[in-house]
Amino acid sequence: MANLLDQIKEKAKLLSPAKVGEYIQESQIYRSIFRVGVPDSDRKRMLVMLGSVFLHLHPVKVRKSGIRMRYTWCMGGITFFLFLVLTFTGLLLMFYYRPTLEYAYVDIRDLREQVPLGIMREIHRWGAHAMVIAVWLHMYRVFMTGSYKPPREFNWNVGVILLVLTLLLSFTGYLLPWDQLAIWAITVGSNMARATPFAGHEGPGAALLKLGDIPLVNNASDARFALLGGRFVGEGALLRFYVLHCVGLPLVAGFLMAIHFWRIRRDGGISGPL
Amino acid sequence: MSKEDSPAPSAPVPPKPAPAKPAAAGAKTAAPTRRSFLSWMTLAWAAFTASMLAAATATGRFMFPNVLFEPPPTFKAGFPSEIQVGQVDERFKQKFAVWLVRTAYDQYANASGIFALSTVCTHLGCTPNWLEGEQKFKCPCHGSGYYKTGVNFEGPTPRPLERYAITLADDGQILVDKSRKFQQEKGEWNNPAAFLKL
Repeated sequence: MANLLDQIKEKAKLLSPAKVGEYIQESQIYRSIFRVGVPDSDRKRMLVMLGSVFLHLHPVKVRKSGIRMRYTWCMGGITFFLFLVLTFTGLLLMFYYRPTLEYAYVDIRDLREQVPLGIMREIHRWGAHAMVIAVWLHMYRVFMTGSYKPPREFNWNVGVILLVLTLLLSFTGYLLPWDQLAIWAITVGSNMARATPFAGHEGPGAALLKLGDIPLVNNASDARFALLGGRFVGEGALLRFYVLHCVGLPLVAGFLMAIHFWRIRRDGGISGPL
Repeated sequence: MSKEDSPAPSAPVPPKPAPAKPAAAGAKTAAPTRRSFLSWMTLAWAAFTASMLAAATATGRFMFPNVLFEPPPTFKAGFPSEIQVGQVDERFKQKFAVWLVRTAYDQYANASGIFALSTVCTHLGCTPNWLEGEQKFKCPCHGSGYYKTGVNFEGPTPRPLERYAITLADDGQILVDKSRKFQQEKGEWNNPAAFLKL
């Protein structure tokens, strides 16, 4: 019996946390993922930042002022965090939501009443509101700290496009519940596209584009039609807004966000007080 | 962590391919001159640009389907005798977004008859309601009000409701064409197509 206990103790020594850690760190799986080892010097830490596909977008070093909440408000980071939250919750909603006239409204209602964790849709909605607010505050902070000035003027422009994309994501998502509020908001909103110069059938210059008597830009061939897939907000509009909301706009926004973060590094990190 | 980068020596090195011999025909075909090379490049870039433009055009055209599953822009709206003089006919509001108004005298057409009025508020596109008691169209969104003729008189709307082309079909029914609209502020209500004289 004592012999057996000794044997178990002997085995337990092999299972001590230090031994296990050593064993894991020497395994082929671990070494194929973490090739450099623990970065225990400034040089190695820099190499980690430069060499990792996830971290290389970030500056190697951050100024002390760059992590001061009173300076940055962390609004860019919060915006990105909310984007990740919205991507995740949006993906979950897509498992239930069907973008057709028959199902859109009842699916949104069922998401609240029949699906476990019915708050998921509200998280998506609140997160969307919060993201729009955070983007504006981020822009305000960047403006007030003069961070749009050279060499950061390119990144300012990328940010402005990202702001527009955020608003478009908010706008396209607004239609998807397919209630009266959504339909009329998009009807009113998309009426602006009628007045696009040359491309909207009520816009300036559109009347000039004629083939004899036939107007080339009419209500079935203008910018608004391309947006709605019809002459009014209907089946086509719902599907188009759904595709733009779930795939098109997030793809473009994700691409531009990578550039946005990378340019912070290229332009010398987060701007600091002079 | 060991960082011995040892090239695997065991792998057999494949024999190098023999150096390519200069083309035998090279003696006959002259090397391209700078001029001909540049003109070929210009042609190639022009062709590439043209093909890209064509692809972009085709992609844009993809967004405009050939068939629309929407109510047709023209529809038959029954016989004129079904509407009383002075009545606002709301039968076609839900499906076609049109009011038919029969009037004893219309100052724009200078006659009695029927006109087809759009139910789209000219402020921001909501649908007003016909209030029989007050004899006016009233928009619930922002309070725009219109007379029975369609002319605006209250609320934020900047201009009157629009009228659609209206005629009699061969079978004697009213035919409304929503693809042709007439705006009062442009003086288009005088157009004979905007009013069905009876």
